[in-house]
Amino acid sequence: MEVNEVPQEGNRTLGHHRKALYARDSDGRMVIVPSRGSEVDETVTLQAVERMNACAEEARARVAAGLSAPLEYWMWARRMDVALLAQVTGLWQWRIRRHFRPTTFARLSPRLLQRYAEALGLGVDELRRLP
Amino acid sequence: MTTLGAVAFQHRHAAHCESGVAANIFSHYGVPLTEAMAFGLSSALSFAYLPFIKLTGFPLISYRMPPKFILKGLASALRGKFRFETFRTPQAGMTRLDELLTQGKVVGLQTSVFWLPYFPEEMRFHFNAHNLLVYGKEGDDYLISDPVAEEPQRCASADLQRARFAKGVLAPKGLLYYPVGMGSGEISPQTVRQALRKTIRIMLGPIPIVGVRGMRMLARKVAALKANDPYSLNFVGHIVRMQEEIGTGGGGFRFLYAAFLQEAAALPGLDFLAGFAERFLSVGDEWRAFALATARMVRGRDAMEPALLARHLSALADQEETLYRDLKKALA
Repeated sequence: MEVNEVPQEGNRTLGHHRKALYARDSDGRMVIVPSRGSEVDETVTLQAVERMNACAEEARARVAAGLSAPLEYWMWARRMDVALLAQVTGLWQWRIRRHFRPTTFARLSPRLLQRYAEALGLGVDELRRLP
Repeated sequence: MTTLGAVAFQHRHAAHCESGVAANIFSHYGVPLTEAMAFGLSSALSFAYLPFIKLTGFPLISYRMPPKFILKGLASALRGKFRFETFRTPQAGMTRLDELLTQGKVVGLQTSVFWLPYFPEEMRFHFNAHNLLVYGKEGDDYLISDPVAEEPQRCASADLQRARFAKGVLAPKGLLYYPVGMGSGEISPQTVRQALRKTIRIMLGPIPIVGVRGMRMLARKVAALKANDPYSLNFVGHIVRMQEEIGTGGGGFRFLYAAFLQEAAALPGLDFLAGFAERFLSVGDEWRAFALATARMVRGRDAMEPALLARHLSALADQEETLYRDLKKALA
């Protein structure tokens, strides 16, 4: 990659940040060049972000329809899946899935709620409802 | 407002967090070092396809060696030594950090990306192997030199604590590190040769998921994807994300390695490395071409064609294999 080929297309997922890339200058030396990012990076990052957001929105609809608990929404909103939430909370995956049932969720002990709230970086009250 | 540490610290922007941290911390303690040297001397270049480690449902694909590898590798190459500490409780970890800052030390940390507030919102994923340096504390804010950011950053202690004690894959457990011995800082041609041999050994090694063989295995996985399954697009998008976004990845690492070879070529008896630097540069360009072809499919500009991407990957594996074999011959 030559210095003038360093992508400056402006990857909006970078915000106002720039990332450092190595490229060859006109003297043939490798130098560090700050890059505004490329469309390629933006495409794949947005793909991942959108996949998580879509899961969160589906979960939101299920919660509104009384088919799931806000816990599931918040899990996706925090860009986690059941496997990761299980690692973070130290609970079994099947237990977490069971807690997605609205009736089970409503009966959760304050201690368990606290554990979820901490893992997701939320207050217990927030965890109990959709935003 | 209490201020801890507040040592004069020179922040430098880097392509990759761990090599950036390693270079900056060595330079701070009196051994001037570029990021490229740190990356090359620690033999950090790699490729690994790890289907049994899942990141949000997708396999971990790494283009460099695991966390701490650069720091440890660099320390052993330069005969320095780092002390690594992990903590059972967040309180102990934060107290120890403050204690070291009070002693005027610059401290390295392993953190999650997700809980660092200065990261752009859309870049915040649960990725736990990020590295940064702390060089002081003002009031409740830690002064942070994050090598992937252009400027020094600040982070409130509650956020930093979360980031240090995030759980999940590669959980940092509050890991902090600082040098306890710096070594001579002298880079001899012999050290460079050893580092090169190690990289060649890793890339041409016998383990089917590592190095060139790992690339071929990934190519086979891609070839087996179904063109019309939405999972396939997410899978190939994930490959590129691991490559280009998470620590600048595949193409970026090849460029970084080219920079290392170029710098090393100035040492006595190593001038032949300049030619190899050029070849790594073109391999890096090939990785970028692969990323571009994939992104076009993800965007729907081109039809999804797993076979085409798989061929691209095996061509890359062939190209890299020849490169390492030639480098091996040149070193013999």
